[in-house]
Amino acid sequence: MTRKKKTLSFERELVIVGGGPAGMAAALSAYENGVRDILLLERDQYLGGILNQCVHTGFGLSYFKEVLTGPEYAGRFIRQIGNVPKIEVSLKSFVVCLTAEKKLTYIKPGELQEVKARALIMATGCREKTREMVHIAGTRPAGVFSAGLAQKLINIEGLLPGKSAVIVGSGDIGLIMARRLVLEGAQVKAVIEIRKESRGLVRNVVQCVEDFDIPLYFSHKISRISGRDRVEKVLVSRVDDASREIPGSQFEISCDTVLISVGLIPENELIEMAGVALNRETNSPVSEQVNRTSVPGLFVCGNAYKVYDLADSVTRDSELAGRMAAEYLSAG
Amino acid sequence: MIIKHLTCIECPKGCGLSVDIENCKVVKVQGQRCPKGEKYAVAEVENPVRIMTSAVLTRGLDIKMLPVRTNSPIPKSRIQEAMREIKRIRVERPVRTGEIIVKNFLGLGVDLVAARDVKKGDGSIF
Repeated sequence: MTRKKKTLSFERELVIVGGGPAGMAAALSAYENGVRDILLLERDQYLGGILNQCVHTGFGLSYFKEVLTGPEYAGRFIRQIGNVPKIEVSLKSFVVCLTAEKKLTYIKPGELQEVKARALIMATGCREKTREMVHIAGTRPAGVFSAGLAQKLINIEGLLPGKSAVIVGSGDIGLIMARRLVLEGAQVKAVIEIRKESRGLVRNVVQCVEDFDIPLYFSHKISRISGRDRVEKVLVSRVDDASREIPGSQFEISCDTVLISVGLIPENELIEMAGVALNRETNSPVSEQVNRTSVPGLFVCGNAYKVYDLADSVTRDSELAGRMAAEYLSAG
Repeated sequence: MIIKHLTCIECPKGCGLSVDIENCKVVKVQGQRCPKGEKYAVAEVENPVRIMTSAVLTRGLDIKMLPVRTNSPIPKSRIQEAMREIKRIRVERPVRTGEIIVKNFLGLGVDLVAARDVKKGDGSIF
């Protein structure tokens, strides 16, 4: 017979879920606006979120007026949080359940915890769209990665995902990974974008693709991925204005790796569980004002609210979320 | 005179620049929305530079890969050489963000610095 693990339950003024740029900015701002009981839950073993794997520069120009890498940008907030004892950080803490009464259940090594939040800020970020969501036909060999996963493998785990890659989509992470793969000694055969122009920032097209003479095909798509155990090649087609494949335009590129960089979706399954209304198109909360949701006292900020181009903008809007939560608490 | 079209990469605005060049020297820059654009155009034509970032292997520390950067831009033409050098580095002692990993990197007068704090770890690989 298995014994049921003892469940601890307690109440906190403000709980923040997610210790990336959004959650850290919200926590610091809530503290500055008078909240003195803050619990910050982070599922990873470090604060900083995806910034830790973004070793390239491009962060902080607007917020700090300096050119920083992702880990440096995160580090500035991690140090500030470390100086505020009223912000309790709980790492390796993964929220599995959320109710409309703002009761959270989370797991951390060896424990199952419950906490009731008077105010709650969800800063859960976003996730990458997958191969399945862009309907690429073919086999299902090893070697197909989302661009952000490849970034984590290289920059956090020190593993090179492949030797010759084709990148699907020209989102910023895909462009940045094109450069990163080349620097690590892999070959990037092509970046394939179905639209007529880049989805990413122009500066990334210049410094990540043009700098390294990587072919970038606009108005093209991958029609098929082939390979038995490992990716062997992709079939590329030109498309017309309605994104239909143009017959006779196909050509093949041999490669052992395909990276998918076709956009991001806010990660909002927990608030959906709590009954918050979501926009089905974007997976963002239905909202009258930035950071607000249909549940009073439950705020969503950063990429979970909407997908931002810049971490600096995430920080700014998340500071507002911290203030909004403080105002909600002092009014209640 | 040659007219070259560039996209400024100094900030996310990505201004389109039109650069007048005479004898490999920039004589006029148009299209920039701030002074960074002109500086970028001159550097890009006369001696293109980039801040180099990567990650180096650690040993016995709490993260496996330590992100690093050059504290100033280095010539674009030296980037592949810089990568080969970076692959040879192992960091085995705890460092703080900004601490120098390699002084006078490749003799370029810039330092390779840590971009993250790294503490002692349990020595496991993952």
